[in-house]
Amino acid sequence: MVTLNINGKDMQVDADPSTPILWALRDNLNMTGTKFGCGAALCGACTVHLNGEAIRSCVTPISAAAGQKITTIEAMEVDKVGQAVQAAWVRHDVPQCGYCQSGQVMSATALLRGNRNPSDADIDAAMSGNICRCGTYQRIRAAIKDAAKTLA
Amino acid sequence: MHIDWMRTDAQSAVNDSADEAGTAGVSRRDFIKAAGVVGGGLVIGFVVPGAQRFARAQAQQAPSALTAPNAFLRIAPDNTVTIAVNRLEFGQGVNTSLPMLIAEELDADWSQVRSDLAPAGDAYKDPLFGMQMTGGSGSVAHSFTQYREIGAKARAMLVTAAAQQWKVPADKCAASKGMVIGPGGRKASYGSLAGAAMEQPVPDKVALKDPKDFRLIGHPTPRLDARDKSSGKQKFGIDHSLPGMKVAVVARPPVFGAKVAKFDAAKALAIKGVQQVVQVATDRGGSGIAVIADGYWPAKQGRDALVVEWDTSAVEKVSSEQQMAEYRRLAATPGIVARDADISKLASAPRKIVAEYSFPYLAHAPMEPLNCVIDLKDDACTVWAGSQFQTVDQGAVARTAGLKPEQVTLHTMMAGGGFGRRAVPTSDYIVEAVNVAKAWRAAGKSGPVKLIWSREDDIKGGYYRPAHLHRAELGLDDKGNILAWNHTIVGQSILAGTPFEPFMVKNGVDATMVEGMGEPYKVPLKLSVHNAKANVPVLWWRSVGSTHTAFVMETLIDEAAQAAGMDPVAYRKQLIGSEHPRHLAALDLAVAKSGYGKKALPAGQAWGVALHESFQSVVAYVVEASVKDGVPKLHKVTAAVHCNRAVNPMSIEAQVQGAALMALGTTLPGAAITLKDGVVQQQNFNDYTVARMPDMPQIAVHVVPSAEPPTGMGEPGLPPLAPAFANAIAKLTGKRLRQLPFDLKSA
Repeated sequence: MVTLNINGKDMQVDADPSTPILWALRDNLNMTGTKFGCGAALCGACTVHLNGEAIRSCVTPISAAAGQKITTIEAMEVDKVGQAVQAAWVRHDVPQCGYCQSGQVMSATALLRGNRNPSDADIDAAMSGNICRCGTYQRIRAAIKDAAKTLA
Repeated sequence: MHIDWMRTDAQSAVNDSADEAGTAGVSRRDFIKAAGVVGGGLVIGFVVPGAQRFARAQAQQAPSALTAPNAFLRIAPDNTVTIAVNRLEFGQGVNTSLPMLIAEELDADWSQVRSDLAPAGDAYKDPLFGMQMTGGSGSVAHSFTQYREIGAKARAMLVTAAAQQWKVPADKCAASKGMVIGPGGRKASYGSLAGAAMEQPVPDKVALKDPKDFRLIGHPTPRLDARDKSSGKQKFGIDHSLPGMKVAVVARPPVFGAKVAKFDAAKALAIKGVQQVVQVATDRGGSGIAVIADGYWPAKQGRDALVVEWDTSAVEKVSSEQQMAEYRRLAATPGIVARDADISKLASAPRKIVAEYSFPYLAHAPMEPLNCVIDLKDDACTVWAGSQFQTVDQGAVARTAGLKPEQVTLHTMMAGGGFGRRAVPTSDYIVEAVNVAKAWRAAGKSGPVKLIWSREDDIKGGYYRPAHLHRAELGLDDKGNILAWNHTIVGQSILAGTPFEPFMVKNGVDATMVEGMGEPYKVPLKLSVHNAKANVPVLWWRSVGSTHTAFVMETLIDEAAQAAGMDPVAYRKQLIGSEHPRHLAALDLAVAKSGYGKKALPAGQAWGVALHESFQSVVAYVVEASVKDGVPKLHKVTAAVHCNRAVNPMSIEAQVQGAALMALGTTLPGAAITLKDGVVQQQNFNDYTVARMPDMPQIAVHVVPSAEPPTGMGEPGLPPLAPAFANAIAKLTGKRLRQLPFDLKSA
């Protein structure tokens, strides 16, 4: 049994300590907003925040997260920056298939927390680990800049 | 070559081959009111003769607000309007654009509209294809009238119901934004009228709106699912969960169709959470080992711990290098003539272009890995899958499980991309899920199972866009006019051996291999094909044959323009002539919007142009590119689209941007699937390249205005992007790129 702090709540997970956070969320806690895309930290679909930093939950074992703060897409609706990002995502009609967008929103939120006026190069650097196979990058870029404005 | 893409009754071929009962072709169907609706309201559906068994079998399991298995529209007492989408939604926006069509004619208020993906059922078959499927960029194009009629008929019933309640003539009542408005300021919401409207007969004929009165069609309309997809709330197939459900991961043979020689499951079974290890039949006559566990992680750990010895002795082991060498040899021999022309002037032509092009296998790599939830019982099977081929998959499940099709319920799940990979004539991963469920039950277990493919399984799992080699020989006169063009394509047929073969392979020519060759240019092009055989499963991949034919056509035409000393736009227009006004309109619009020929580009940048029709839509690209330190970079793209009437311009823009980016991905180093001794060499996004944020150019999308019935836009944005980019690089470097992905060093 491992205790994880997820979105401000302590939760008990009955899983092997080697289990990635991703699968504890999805299979043990039925929190399916965080997505499985590659299992190897190559696509960013599984992005969550660990103590506010964007990390890939598919390669981070729960043993490494005990006692730390995990934040998932499910908490973005009550997060000031997350709200701004999600609202911009809707305004710009960003999603197509939508599968990668939880991870995109988490990466964008982490970016805007530390940088309220990101340049194109900042966005490239922060978002290049998040693959969108539908090719929504142009709208993502516009939505990030728009969210930054609403947060200013 | 222009082909009549899959306008066949292909489903009946699938059925004939499978001897299925109960999925008769759609010979006649009518709108009906669905009886016995839970929760009341007005429900309009289709009835298909012979399909009543499905209706009964599925009535208890009908998903969501629709509550009837053949429903297309439900107006509930709470004033919500729920519209069934008879397609898979996997990014292309069809669960917004199809509801727009009903809502338009219904005069619903857009804020009351919801959408639901329809399960497998005869009522939901494509009106043209005769099977329930999503492909060929046909969703809006084929259902444009069908969906509008449903809305118009429901509106007429609501208006009549209101008129009767108010005891006024129906022609004194009008519908507007979800309300019927009558004389003297009378008003009633659709929800309040729905029950009474259900008592009205469905009218035989209704007038559709004059397009000048459209409020939704033609207006940029945000997606209905944008909020759920931005907040993690949208459920996909892989998110589906049932009480007691187990998760299966399968160890597949390293070479397609190979078999398990022997295996040791002891270490796998020792992993906490692993419930069962079973041998299962896999695709192409092979076998594999399924590890079934409490969740994905233990199942994956269990698979990694398996010790399996494979028998690959009976299957061909393809190596990409030898395969291309063989294709090259074949291309120099006479093939099947797909299109004839007088090429007698070739030998004596004063100038020649001789070119060989090669294209690799490509994986679709949708972001949501393939998966399928299955609940198999003695006399029934329920499947949850993001299927592009619902009725085909339903039939395959029935055959594999030993059930009748009407005993199989298939729920269409929202899918995280697909690009063709979820439309498989063999239903490969769905059949695999059934085989896992059968083995699970044979081991004395019961309960639902979710099969999940890892990303490695997906990249290595076959069903690729086939590799191709093209050989072209063009004879030009001194002015650069094309006197004769001899062209050969070598590749695997996608359709051979599938139920589509009788309709789409004519005289040995697979329509999906040659589509996009020739038109719109008036050229003496003789085209031959060789259908190569290889132990590698192949499949359609967004825009199908045009993924390679457009590249070849548009770079060769560009090269001919260069030989003629002519501007590539002017050269194309002269070769197109007046017979293809849509091509000319798209090209002119892209040129005008881009500033081509007027605007000076920054030093080190050049223009590239390409134009291509696929799935009856035409896309022209004018691009701005550079090459720095040997690395090509695409900066800006101006797109012009001719898709007749634009239903949702916001969606068209998204589809063109996305298709362009997917095409850009095919030009990048590492965008290739290669094989060695039968084993796929790539495994994940580290060695199979797809485009990322820094690759994205600015893409502006413009639509040629038109009042003609719409054509599709899910795929046509893809084909002309890579050749436009290559043409710009040729201008910058003098090198003609003749393979994808680009390789400037060997060009």
